[in-house]
Amino acid sequence: MAGDAEAFDSFVGHFRAKIFHYSWLMCGQREDAEDVAQDTLLKAFESFDQLREPERIRPWIFRIARNACLMKRRKSVFAPQNELSLDEFLPAMEREAGQVKLQIADCSGLPDQSLMRAEMKDVLDRAIGELPEAYKSVLLMRDVEELSTQETAHVLDLTPDVVKTRLHRARLAVRQKLDEYLRGGAVALARQTGGRQDGRG
Amino acid sequence: MDADEQSRGFKHDRSEKCKEVFSLLSDYLNLELPPETCAEMEAHIGACPPCVEFTESLRKTVELCHQYKPSEMPAPLGASTREQLLDAYRKMMESRKSLPA
Ligand SMILES: [Zn+2]
Repeated sequence: MAGDAEAFDSFVGHFRAKIFHYSWLMCGQREDAEDVAQDTLLKAFESFDQLREPERIRPWIFRIARNACLMKRRKSVFAPQNELSLDEFLPAMEREAGQVKLQIADCSGLPDQSLMRAEMKDVLDRAIGELPEAYKSVLLMRDVEELSTQETAHVLDLTPDVVKTRLHRARLAVRQKLDEYLRGGAVALARQTGGRQDGRG
Repeated sequence: MDADEQSRGFKHDRSEKCKEVFSLLSDYLNLELPPETCAEMEAHIGACPPCVEFTESLRKTVELCHQYKPSEMPAPLGASTREQLLDAYRKMMESRKSLPA
């Protein structure tokens, strides 16, 4: 039984943190996120025989977590309240010495390797936190959890095309926030968001 | 013409190809485009510095998201919650042979 407990602790430790993080970003409340993590793990153990493909355990668990999140919120936090349109992310151009140049930051300022500055992490926390929920959930599944388009579509009950469209807009929105930060808007950004973890009231 | 008007003007002038690249960039980075569309995009990007710059900036954004780790962690698991979960886990294990990977 000692081996069992070890496997249990490692499984719970791994997935509890992941589900907590996802629900915390989706629900915005620590207490709700802890409940969702607990409910999800319980449900997963109770219905484990329904998992047909063990290699797809992550999308399977996230689907349970997403439903637990919905129950918590009662209303759909995944419905698109405000649509992000492509046009708002089209960067401006300027002419410099006769050449057309994008008005974006030199992205060599972005950390290249695994080293992410605390400050940058803060900006990313806010940029992701402020995304409308419908976009945030897709970005979290695709780019943070690195699930495939198909898996994300399954978790969130969307078509693969909708996943692709929302992912692109979510990335553009996050890119724009990072760009504002790199171009010196860090102070303004901090003032504007006042250190809140999510953009929802 | 002020800077704002100027950038609006350029947005208007921007080639349709740049806009197409802009709208397909995530699919391109995800390798989710048909080969011929992908080749067309590469041909344009290779010859268009603003598109190179924008592609690189979006690619870095995605990389940062891949590295993104939670800054909030759940509180340590309470003893009674752990017992409840462990009980469910043991019941699950009794009904199957192998461990969840
Ligand atoms: Zn171009």
